[in-house]
Amino acid sequence: MSGPVLILGAASGIARAIARSFAEAGHSIQLAARNSSRLEDDAADLRTRYGIEVSLHDFDALTLDSHAAFVDTLPVLPEVAVCAVGAMGEQGQSEADPQAAAHILRSNFEGPASILAHLANAMEARGSGTLVGISSVAGDRGRASNYIYGSAKAGFTAFLSGLRNRLAKKGVHVVTVLPGFVRTAMLDGMETPGPLTAEPAEVGAAVVKAVEKQKNVIYTRPIWRIVMAVIRNIPEPVFKKTSL
Amino acid sequence: MSLLSGWGRYPKADCTLVSARSPADVEAAIVAAPLIARGNGRAYGDAAMNAGQTLAMTGMDRMLSFEDGVLVAEAGVLLADIIQTFLPRGWFPMVTPGTKYVSLGGAIAADVHGKNHHLDGSFRTCVDWVDVMGPDGAVTRTVPGDDLFDWTLGGMGLTGVILRAQIRLRAVETMYIAQETRALTSLSETLEAFEQTLDAPYSVAWIDCSDGPHHGHSLLLLGRHATAQDLPPRWHPFAVKRKRKLPVPFGAPPFLFRGLWLRALNGIYWRRGARRAGHALVDWDSYFYPLDALSNWNRLYGRNGFVQFQCALPEHSSAAGLAELMATIAASQTGSVLSVLKRFGPQSGHFSFPMPGYTLALDFPASERSLELMSRLDEITLAHGGRFYLAKDARMPEAVAKADPRTEAFAAMRKQAGLSDRFVSMQSERLGI
Repeated sequence: MSGPVLILGAASGIARAIARSFAEAGHSIQLAARNSSRLEDDAADLRTRYGIEVSLHDFDALTLDSHAAFVDTLPVLPEVAVCAVGAMGEQGQSEADPQAAAHILRSNFEGPASILAHLANAMEARGSGTLVGISSVAGDRGRASNYIYGSAKAGFTAFLSGLRNRLAKKGVHVVTVLPGFVRTAMLDGMETPGPLTAEPAEVGAAVVKAVEKQKNVIYTRPIWRIVMAVIRNIPEPVFKKTSL
Repeated sequence: MSLLSGWGRYPKADCTLVSARSPADVEAAIVAAPLIARGNGRAYGDAAMNAGQTLAMTGMDRMLSFEDGVLVAEAGVLLADIIQTFLPRGWFPMVTPGTKYVSLGGAIAADVHGKNHHLDGSFRTCVDWVDVMGPDGAVTRTVPGDDLFDWTLGGMGLTGVILRAQIRLRAVETMYIAQETRALTSLSETLEAFEQTLDAPYSVAWIDCSDGPHHGHSLLLLGRHATAQDLPPRWHPFAVKRKRKLPVPFGAPPFLFRGLWLRALNGIYWRRGARRAGHALVDWDSYFYPLDALSNWNRLYGRNGFVQFQCALPEHSSAAGLAELMATIAASQTGSVLSVLKRFGPQSGHFSFPMPGYTLALDFPASERSLELMSRLDEITLAHGGRFYLAKDARMPEAVAKADPRTEAFAAMRKQAGLSDRFVSMQSERLGI
C-alpha cells in the first residue's frame, strides 16, 4: 500500500500528524486547505523527513458547490482520503448567536459530509479506496458544555456509519476516528486528564493502523471506549443534572 | 493554566501556555504579553517557565530542507527526530547533550555541550545561522560574528524567540561507537587520564562522590564513531533497533538516596564497570543517551523532584576545586547518584557556559539539606573562578549569578535593546538578567 493520501483540513495539528504517519509509511501526500500556499513549510517538512511527493490543493469545506470540481481536478484520485475539517468554536458564543452555531454545524457536519460524498462516489465508481472521518467523542452524547459542536459531530458520526454500510460491498472502506483529547493548540488553556490525552503523533499512528487493518470505529486511546460507554449509559434523569 | 516544571520537577508553577504553530502565532504572542519560549521542557529548572505566558514551540517542528548534511529546521524539532530521520542516511548531530529529547531551539538557547566539547566546542560549532524574532516581531537572521549570535547561543531564549536555524550534521559510517572504558581509583588519576586522552573524540567520566572507601573511583568512557571496518561481519551499519522505553511510573522512596544505600549502589556500578573495562562496540543510543531508555527517569527522585548542580572550573584551579567540591559532597552525606566529570576545551560566545577546564554535574533530591549543600558548592566554585550552567539551574541566588561579570553585561544589553520587558523567564527574574 503506497498510493496517494489526501488530507482535507491539512492545517490542523491532528491533520499534520496524520500526514506524517502516512508519509512515513511511504505514501505520497495531497494537502488540502484554504490558502494552501501557507502549507509550503508543511510540505517541505514531509519531503525532507520522508522523501515522498507532496502536492498542495486549495479547498474550502464551506463552499459546497466547489467540491465536485475539487475532486475532479485532483491530479489523481487518492487511495485514502482523510477528512480532518472542523471547528470547535466557543460554546457560549454558539448559544448566544445562532449564526455562529450554524457555522459550527456546517464546518463539522455539512462541509465534511459533502466532500466525503463526492469522494465516496468517485471511489465507488473506481471500486476501491478508504475514507477516514475525524469525528469526536463529543458526538457520543450531547453535553451542556459543547453540544453545538457535539451535535454536528454526532451527525458526522452517523453519516460515516451510514456511508460505511452503503459502501461495504463496493470495495470502499470507511473509518470513523474519535480522537478524545489531543495535545494540540485546540487544548490551550484547558487542563485535561493525562491518561485521556493523546499526543498528535499517537493519533497519526492509530489512523494509519486503522486504515491498514480496515477498522471501523477507533478511539485513539482505548480507555475512551470505556469512558464513553459509561457516559452514554447514564440515565437521562441523572445525566441532565451532571456537569461533565 | 497549566502546572509546568522543568525536567527536575522543581520548581513547579501555574503558567499560561500558548502554542505556536507558525511565525504569525509567535508574533501575536510577543505583542500580547511578555513571554519565554519553551521547547521540550528538558531544562532542569525554571529557564523555560513564565507564569504570564509560556510559548510552546513543539508545534513548530518542521524540517524545511536537507542537503549534504546541512539541515534547516524549525526550533521545535527534537534531536531525536533529526537522528531518526538522518542517521539511517549516514548523518549524526555534531554536538549532542545527554538527552536526545532536547529541541533545536533549546539546544541553541542553552548552547548545549556534549562529550566532544574538548575538541569540537559547544552546539554553536554546528550552527550556520539562527532566525530570531525580536520584541517588535521583526525576524533577524543572525550569523557567527554577529553580536546577536553571540548572545543568542547560550542566551536562554532571552534575546528573542528562536524560530529556525541551519545546522550542519556529521557524516558517520555506522551507528556504533567504539568505546573504551577505563576504571580509575582517584580524582588525580582521572584528571591525568583526561589530559592524556585529549585526542579521543568523545570522553566523559562517572565519578563516585559519596563518602567511603570508593570516594574518587571513576569510570572513564572514551569513544569515537566506529567505521565500517570496525564492525564484525554481518552487522548492518545502520540497523534499526526499536527499543521499548521503560516507564518509571512512581517516584522512588527517599531512603534510596541516603548514605549507605548510595555508597553501595555507586560501589556496585564501579565494580561492574571495572570488570567490563576495555574496548566495546556500543550503539549510538546506549552510548549517548543511556538515561533516555527510562522514559520518565526524572520521577526516580519522587514527587518533590530533584535539583542539578553543574559548574565549570578553569584549567589552573580544576584539580583543587574538584577535590574540594567532592570532599564537601562526601562530608554532607547527601549523596549524588550521578556525578559526571568532563574535560572542556576552548569556548567562544558572550554567555555560553563552558570554559577551558573541567565541568562537574551532580544531582540531588530537592530538599532543604541539598539546597544548603549547593550553597556551599556555589561558594567553592566561585572561589576557584568557576561558573554555572543555567540549563541545569533551578535555585541559584542572584548574587551568585552576578559573580560572573557576563551576567550584568547581558542584563545591560537586554535593557538597552528593549528585550528585558518582552522576553522574561522565572529564571531571568530570579537571576536579575
